[in-house]
Amino acid sequence: MAISIDGATGSEAGLRRLLTGLPGVDQVGAEARAATLGSRSVKADSKKALIDLAISCIDLTTLEGADTPGKVRGLCAKARVPDPDDPSCPRPAAICIYGDLVPVAVDALRGTGIHVAAVATAFPSGRASLPVKLADVEDAVAAGADEIDMVIDRGAFLAGRYGAVLDEVQQVKAACGDAHLKVILETGELATLDNVRRASWLAMVGGADFIKTSTGKTNPAATLPVALVMLEAARDFFAATGTRVGFKPAGGIRTAKDAVKHLVLVHETVGDDWLDPSLYRIGASTLLNDLLLQRRKMQTGRYSGRDYVTVS
Amino acid sequence: MRFDYSPAPESTAVVDIASSYSLFIDGAMVDSLDGSTFKTVNPATEEVLSEVVDAGSADVDRAVRAARAAFEGTWSRMPGRERGKYLFRIARILQERAREFAVLESLDNGKPIREARDTDIPLAAAHFFYHAGWADKLSYAGLGEAPKPYGVVGQVIPWNFPLMMLSWKIAPALAAGNTVVLKPAETTPLTALLFAEVCQQAELPHGVVNIVTGAGETGRMLVEHPDVDKVAFTGSTEVGKAIARSVAGTRKRATLELGGKAANVVFDDAPIDQAVEGIVNGIFFNQGHVCCAGSRLLVQESVADELLASLKRRLLTLRVGDPMDKNTDVGAINSAAQLARIRELSDIGEAEGAERWSPPCDLPDRGFWFPPTVFTGVSPAHRIAREEVFGPVLSVLTFRTPGEAVEKANNTPYGLSAGVWTEKGSRILWMADKLKAGVVWANTFNRFDPTSPFGGYKESGWGREGGRHGLEGYLHG
Repeated sequence: MAISIDGATGSEAGLRRLLTGLPGVDQVGAEARAATLGSRSVKADSKKALIDLAISCIDLTTLEGADTPGKVRGLCAKARVPDPDDPSCPRPAAICIYGDLVPVAVDALRGTGIHVAAVATAFPSGRASLPVKLADVEDAVAAGADEIDMVIDRGAFLAGRYGAVLDEVQQVKAACGDAHLKVILETGELATLDNVRRASWLAMVGGADFIKTSTGKTNPAATLPVALVMLEAARDFFAATGTRVGFKPAGGIRTAKDAVKHLVLVHETVGDDWLDPSLYRIGASTLLNDLLLQRRKMQTGRYSGRDYVTVS
Repeated sequence: MRFDYSPAPESTAVVDIASSYSLFIDGAMVDSLDGSTFKTVNPATEEVLSEVVDAGSADVDRAVRAARAAFEGTWSRMPGRERGKYLFRIARILQERAREFAVLESLDNGKPIREARDTDIPLAAAHFFYHAGWADKLSYAGLGEAPKPYGVVGQVIPWNFPLMMLSWKIAPALAAGNTVVLKPAETTPLTALLFAEVCQQAELPHGVVNIVTGAGETGRMLVEHPDVDKVAFTGSTEVGKAIARSVAGTRKRATLELGGKAANVVFDDAPIDQAVEGIVNGIFFNQGHVCCAGSRLLVQESVADELLASLKRRLLTLRVGDPMDKNTDVGAINSAAQLARIRELSDIGEAEGAERWSPPCDLPDRGFWFPPTVFTGVSPAHRIAREEVFGPVLSVLTFRTPGEAVEKANNTPYGLSAGVWTEKGSRILWMADKLKAGVVWANTFNRFDPTSPFGGYKESGWGREGGRHGLEGYLHG
C-alpha cells in the first residue's frame, strides 16, 4: 500500500490526508465477503484445531459494576483449569477485568503465564480528562496488569479531531511502559466501515499492540464485517510498516460457531501468522463454556449438558 | 498455527442417477425414434455418469408436435392465473429438492457445490417464482392490452449454468402462455432431465414442456423445425450467428444471449478490497464459464501495481479442486474440449508477450483442470484481450483517464456487461451512460436477479431476459 506515515502525523491536516486517503470500504461488498467467509465448512480436525486455538486466544472477561474479588478469583481458577476433567485443554490467554481488581487477579494467576488485562482510560465511555485516563492506566500497570485495554475518545473521532485521538493513544502507550496496549475503537459507535478503517489506522499509527472492536457495552459489537475491515487494516499496516498489530474482536461472540467464523476470517484475510494469542484475542465471558462443550462433543461424540462445565 | 480446512465433502447419496435416460416428450419419458446415444461425464473425475439420447429429427418433430398440441389444446387457453399456479408449484418443488439439484448440477457440470447450492438453484427457483407472478398480469407489462404468446418455442441452452439457464428460458415462456421444447447442452443434460420429473410432480399438462437431449445437430433441427414459432438461444456468438442466418426471412422470432468480453473498470479511488473481491467473482466464479464474466480488468495506472499485488495475494487463498467439497472456490473445467480451448488461448497470450501468472496450486490428476490465471501487460491488440476465453483467465490492461477507460472498454465486438469501481457516484453514472453493455455493475459484479433484464449489445445478442423487458421476447401485441 502506497501510504507514507512519516510526516502525515505531524499536523491535523496531514493526519486527515492519511486517513481519508485510505481506500474506501464498500459496505455491501464487505458484508457479502464476510458472509461468504462465515459460510466456510469447518469439520473434523480443522474444527478441533480451531476450537483449541479459540480457547487459547480468549481474554476471559468480567466487566460488571458488581464484580467482587471472589468473582475474579473464580474466573482465575477457571482460567487455570478450564476443564477439570481434561488436563489437555488449553488455557485462555488472559483475564480481563477492571483496574481495581488487578491485584486479585495477579495473585490468583501467579506462575501460570496467563496475562492480566485491565480496562482503563475511563472505560467504557472514555469520558474523562486525559490526566485522569493516564492515572487510570498507571494505576493498573503499577498493580501488575501487563495488558491495558483503552477506549478511544469516540466523540473526538466523530468530530474529526483525529490529532486529539492520536495524541491520547500515544500518551497512553507511553504510560503503559512494558504493558501491551489494546485500543478499543467501539465500532458500534463509529457508524461506518470507513470510520472503522480510519480509526484502526489511527490506533496503529499511535502505537497500539492490538486493535479491539468493542467494549462489550454497546451493540452492535464484534460483527464479522467489522472484523474483516479491521483485519484488512492490520494486514495493510503490516505491508506498509513491517509491524504486525494484533486484533481482538470482543462483544457478542458467544458460541463456538461464532468463534470459528472469526478465526476463518483471520486465516483468509491476514493469514496464519495471526492465528496465535500473541496477535489474536477474543474478548468473551460466556464463549469458553460453549467451546468446552464442543470440545467434549468432538472427543466423545455426544453433547454433555451445561452442568458438565463449570460456571464462573 | 498452520491451518487448513479438513475435507468437507457434500454427500452424493441424495441423487439417484439412472444408467440411461430417454426423452421427455408429451409428459412422459419416451424412447428415442431415431437417435443414438452418448455419455455424460463428471468433468472432475472423468467418470461416466449416465447415457443420454442424441435425439434425431423424428424425436425433435415428435417433441414439437407435442408442444403444438399442448399449446392449442390447453396451455394457451388456460387463464393466466391457472398457469401461474403451475409455475409457483414448480418453484416450490425446486426449493424442496434444492439439495438434490445442487449435487447433480455439481456432478455433471464440475462447478463447486457452494455455487450450485448458493447461486444456481436459488436463482432458478426465483425465476419461476418471479414469472409465476407475471402469468396473470401480462396486460400490465406494457406490451398492449392483451398480448399473445407466440406458440411453440424452441430453446437451446448452454452448459455453464444448466438449470439456471433452463429456468431463464422456460419460466417466462410458460408464464406468457407458450409451450416449449428445450435442448440442454450435451455435456450437462442431467438437471434438465431431473426437471422433467419436477414437471410431472407438478402435474404440468402434458406437452407444455418437452426436453430433447443431444448435441449441436439436435439443436439445429429444433431451431430449423418449421413449426417452431420462436427460438431462444444462449451460447456462443458463432452458433448465434448461424441461428440468425437460419431464421432470417422466416416468420420465426429469436432472442440470442451470446458471448462477452466484459471490462471491469477500476478507478484509483475504488474500494480496493471490495474491488479485488469483485474481480475474483467476476472472472473466477464458475471457473470463468460465464458469458458476462469480467474477463478484461481495466485498472487506472496509478493504482495498478497496488491492485495487482492485492489481487495476487487474494488468489493465493482461492481453493481449487474437488467441486463436491463445500470449501472449494474453483471447480473443474466443464469438458476436455473447453480445456483445450482455454489452454490454446492462454498459450497464445504468452506467445504474444503478455505476462502469465497463476497461484501455485495442486490440481487433481484426473478430470479437466485449469488454474486461475492472470495476464498482465496486455494490450487491446492481443487476442486474449479480444476473444472470449470462457475460462478462469483474466487479462489486465491499464488506462489513465476516464475517457480512455471508456474507449478501451467499448473496443470489443461484444457488449454484454461491464463493471465500474469508484467511490465517486457521478463517475458511476457517467460511465454507465457511456459503456456499451447490457448490464453495468457498480461496485459489484455478477449479481443476478429475475426482475432485472439481462442481455447484450453488438455481438452479445438480441433481446433481454428477465424483468418486464424479458417478457417481450415471448409475447406480441
